[in-house]
Formats: sequence, C-alpha cells, structure tokens
Amino acid sequence: MSQTLTEKVWERHVVHRADGEPDLLYVDLHLVHEVTSPQAFEALRLAGREVRRPDLTVATMDHNVPTTDGPVSDPTSAAQMDALATNAKDFGITLYPWGAAGQGIVHVIGPEMGYTQPGLMIVCGDSHTSTHGAFGALAIGIGTSEVEHVLATQTLPQTRVKTMAITVDGELAAGCSAKDVILGIINRIGTNGGVGHVIEYRGGAIRALSMEGRMTICNMSIEAGARAGMVAPDDTTFAYVEGRPHAPAGADWERALEDWRTLPSDADASFDTEVSIDASALRPFVSWGTNPAQSVTIDDAVPDPDSFEDPAKRDAAQRALTYMALDPGTPIREIRPDTIFIGSCTNSRIEDLRVAAGIVAGRRVAEGLRALVVPGSVAVKAKAEEEGLDRIFADAGFEWRGAGCSMCLGMNPDILQPGERSASTSNRNFEGRQGKGGRTHLVSPAVAAATAIAGTFTTPEDLGADL
Amino acid sequence: MEAVRRVEGTAVPLDRSDVDTDQIVPAQFLKRIERTGFGPFLFHEWRKDPDFVLNDERYAGATILLAGANFGSGSSREHAPWALEDHGFRAVIAPSFADIFRNNCCKIGLLPVELPEESVRALMDAVLDDPATTIVVDLEALSVTAPSVQESFEFDDFRRWCLLEGYDDIDLTMRHVDEIGAFETRRPSWLPTA
Repeated sequence: MSQTLTEKVWERHVVHRADGEPDLLYVDLHLVHEVTSPQAFEALRLAGREVRRPDLTVATMDHNVPTTDGPVSDPTSAAQMDALATNAKDFGITLYPWGAAGQGIVHVIGPEMGYTQPGLMIVCGDSHTSTHGAFGALAIGIGTSEVEHVLATQTLPQTRVKTMAITVDGELAAGCSAKDVILGIINRIGTNGGVGHVIEYRGGAIRALSMEGRMTICNMSIEAGARAGMVAPDDTTFAYVEGRPHAPAGADWERALEDWRTLPSDADASFDTEVSIDASALRPFVSWGTNPAQSVTIDDAVPDPDSFEDPAKRDAAQRALTYMALDPGTPIREIRPDTIFIGSCTNSRIEDLRVAAGIVAGRRVAEGLRALVVPGSVAVKAKAEEEGLDRIFADAGFEWRGAGCSMCLGMNPDILQPGERSASTSNRNFEGRQGKGGRTHLVSPAVAAATAIAGTFTTPEDLGADL
Repeated sequence: MEAVRRVEGTAVPLDRSDVDTDQIVPAQFLKRIERTGFGPFLFHEWRKDPDFVLNDERYAGATILLAGANFGSGSSREHAPWALEDHGFRAVIAPSFADIFRNNCCKIGLLPVELPEESVRALMDAVLDDPATTIVVDLEALSVTAPSVQESFEFDDFRRWCLLEGYDDIDLTMRHVDEIGAFETRRPSWLPTA
C-alpha cells in the first residue's frame, strides 16, 4: 500500500501496537535542555530508574543562558543550568554546556552536528522540535512527564496522527523567504489548522529552499497546532548532512543514503487534508496581533476587528490591538519598533545572518533603535565571525551576542520593557512573550534587517538593497 | 498518579480563545526545578487586572475552568497544567485544545474535556448567571452535567483507562520492555549516537 513520508517514518519506529492503545514508538534521538528536564530527572531518581539510552540522549543549555559574557546574574537560571550539568553527569549524558563548542539552541545544534538525520524519530521537551522535520525526521515536542518517560524507556506512546500535505508551488518573489511562506501558511490555516496532523511541506517552492529555509518552515508547524512538520529528504538534505560529525561515513553513508531515498511519500499516497499555496503570490508578512495567525503583508494596514466575521476572532483581534497599542487602518510601514531581534530557533542560522548582514552592510541602524543579533549556536557565531558578519553588524550599530534562545522568550536578561515594540525573527508574538508588556511583530530576517535601518517596517527593496 | 473518575465543582468562565501557555504561566516562572508551587504564577499578567475573572471572588474555589477554542496553544511547558492543577483546577472544558497541552494534562490527571462550542457557551452563560452553578464531569460516563446542560464528550479510550485506574505511564510501557530490547537489536548500526 502506498504511504506518505510520515507513515513510513512512523511505521519503522513501532515497538508495540495493540487495538485501542497508542502506538509505542522508539526514539532515536532525545534532545534535552535545562528548562523542561529537571523535574524529569528528579522523578527518575525518586523512582530509582535509570536513563535507558544515554548514548541516544544529547543535552545543551539554551533557554536561560546569557548572551553576554558571564557570570550568570540570575541565581534561578544558574540553578537550572547547574541542575542540568549535575543530571548529565549523574546519568552519563553528553552535554554541551554554556559557552562550550557545540552549545547552542537545541534545534540549531542537532542539525549542525549531524545528529538530525532523515527517517529518525526525534523528541525534545520543546514545542519547536518540529524544526528537525526539515530532514524527513519525525520530530515531536513533548512535556516533562514525557521527557521522563523517554529517559526511562527510550520510547513514546503516540496516538495515531492524520496527515496533511501543504503544497507550495511557484517561485518566491525577491525579498520573500521561508519565513514568509510559513507565516502565510499559518495566516491561511489558522493557529489550530494543523491540530492532530503531521504536515508534509511539498512542492517546487519547498524543494528550492535550502535546509535552513526548510527548518524555518518546519519550526513553526507548531504555530499552526500541528504535531510535527516534515519535508521529504532529497539531494539538498544529503549534501547538508554529509560530513557532519555525527553523520554516517564511508560504507555507512552509502547504506544510509540508500535507505533515505526510500522515504519520500509514494506518488499515489493520499493525505487526510490537502492545502495548496502559490509561492509567487506571497509577500513579506508582518504580524500585528498576539498570535502568529494574526498577520498581514507589509503592504497592508492593521485590520479592523469588525472585518472578522467569526465573533471569537473579532474579539481576539480587538483584544490584540489593545495590547499591541495599534489602531485599525494604520499602514504596517508606518509602525515604528523600538527593538530589532534577529535570532531564535526559527531564524538564527548562518544563512539568516548572511541575508541580514547583506542588507545592513554599509548602513546604520536608525537613531534610537536597539538592534540585537543572537546567533543560534557557538558554531554559527564562529562561522559568522570567520565571514566577517560580526563586523558588518557591529559597524551598522547592532549588538553582536553569544548563542542562545535569548529574546525569543525572555528567560535570560534579553527582554523587552513594558510597552516596547519589537520586530523579531522569532516564532511567537504572544502577550509578554519577549518580556512583560512587550509587543512583538514577527518578521523575516530580511524585513528585520531593513526595518532596523529604516526605523519603520520596511522591505530590503524599499531600501534599495541588493537581494 | 491518582485515579480520576469524576470532577464536581463550580467553574470559572474564561471567555477567550487561543489562550497560550505563555499566558497560563509566563516564561520567567519556568526556572524552578521543582514540580510544585506553580499555582501563584497562573495567568500572572492577566491577574494584575482587578477585573480579570480569576480575581472575581464569586468564582473562588472553582475546580473547573471553562475556556475558548484552542486552549493551551504554544509552548510544550508542562508547567502550564502544573499551574492550573496547583491553583485547584481538576478539569478544563473548551471547544478544542492544543495537542501537547492535552497530553500534558492527561499525564497529571487534569481532565481536558472537549465539548461543542454551543455547549461551552451554555456552560459559560450558566456560571455567569449564577457563579454557584455546579458542574459535574464524569470520566467514567463521559458526560458533563449542569442544571441547564447535559452533554456527552469523547475521550481517547486508552488515556481514559489510564486516568480511571491511575496507572503510571512508565510502568505500562515497561510491560513491553522485551519488545523494546528486541527492537533495539534490529536498529541499523549507522544511526547516530551521542
């Protein structure tokens, strides 16, 4: 019977299947960070349980870590980082601690070190685990009780999912990026459009994307409520994985490749839900509200809540505009942020930084704006510095920081002040997400960079930047 | 986990859709390394508004939360159900839930009950009208009962069984430990290790 990519990867991980029960799936890779794991390790200790496969478990510190040179000023953050170090040592788990080579946002380091590979079942106590699906892995975000379960058993019970195909055809216009594709998709299907589904992104526009772009798209699958997002592995995938430290090598590489080529959905495979998107019709998106579906293109204006037919949506829009201090009808291009944040597991990879640096090179950040670049990992930072991007950003007036989640969720000192407005390349514009009372507008790295220069929401082409 | 069969109590009407886990418990409170004590941080920012429904004395002591669609979206933080539970809630009734949030609730015995939009609306109207209205959620009978509402709901069979019996997930899985071991011997040797 023909199968989708999702079904193929799912089926190869079934350890136990019985009527009326969720499938018990084997976990190939368990990524761990400091925030959602301490209670799981503590519960293992209390129950006298071991970590079944420390060799399939990789830990790093990302959510809490400062992005400036130490020490860690917040004692509760330090305690959580110390707890992870102790837990990793006690249970024999590989840890990439703060500042060490290999450290970074968990969804950046997995792919970067070659841990993330096609066909794997990957879990992490973080909703943006969906990022790893860009490689054709089934990657699922889990809660702390499930982290404990995976540590103890290396398996995860999962109820069956529906499959959704989102086909993106056509060519993206200059100045549009993977971020605009996913913001456009969420705008179309809504924050719960993907609930109960694993989304497979397909079509010419997806195939044309780099791995970085595919990761950006899969990353935000959770913002549409999906359990995971996936892209079928192809030559772009294989070229990215080959030669990375934990990728198969030699004869193993050939065996892996042969296996991975069998993963794409069969031509006649059917999906429970199908959506089509015309990439050529997309424009850069900017969110105006407090959930990631509340967005318009940069050419539009802040919508009037009365324009929403659904009373719940109207009510949510009204509340969002009050929180965001925006008036209906205000052109997006007239909105003035106070802070620019380029970073997060959505957009902090080398390609994102190259795009942003290309736009700000030889220009200056607008007067009074704070602008931050936070590389996704120590390795991304080193690579960017090797290419001289740090100088370009610094000369333009950006702060060049160390690796971590930073202002995406405001658990470290990088936060918005109450009432401050950001243009952010991150993934969530929830109330207070980037700091209590902060107002977040989600954008692509290109729009964030151009906006930093112009001072109001702007595209690179408005600036006359080469694209 | 303690078995959960039935929740009976008054309810708070939180008439908002897309309530995300950053609202339920903001990130700055996720730094505790303990599993308990998150109740005081529940809806931390919204609670600063004296008119926020959770500050309304008439709803004090409620054990059921009524909410709009897509409740619990966003982050996977289990701290969100921990905070709801620590505050005293035993069930959340909404037209729909985010997947990870629903999972996390079931792990700690906080019942996520999905009812049609009109029924949630009717329950909200009933408790707005009379905050002393008692609602009964019966997991065994799969029913929600209030003076003006009688509705059945669906619940995953396996999760329901686990909750009714109070089973520990890890113990359940360890019944299959031999199958896990056998699976491990079949895994290709080239798969990544730490």
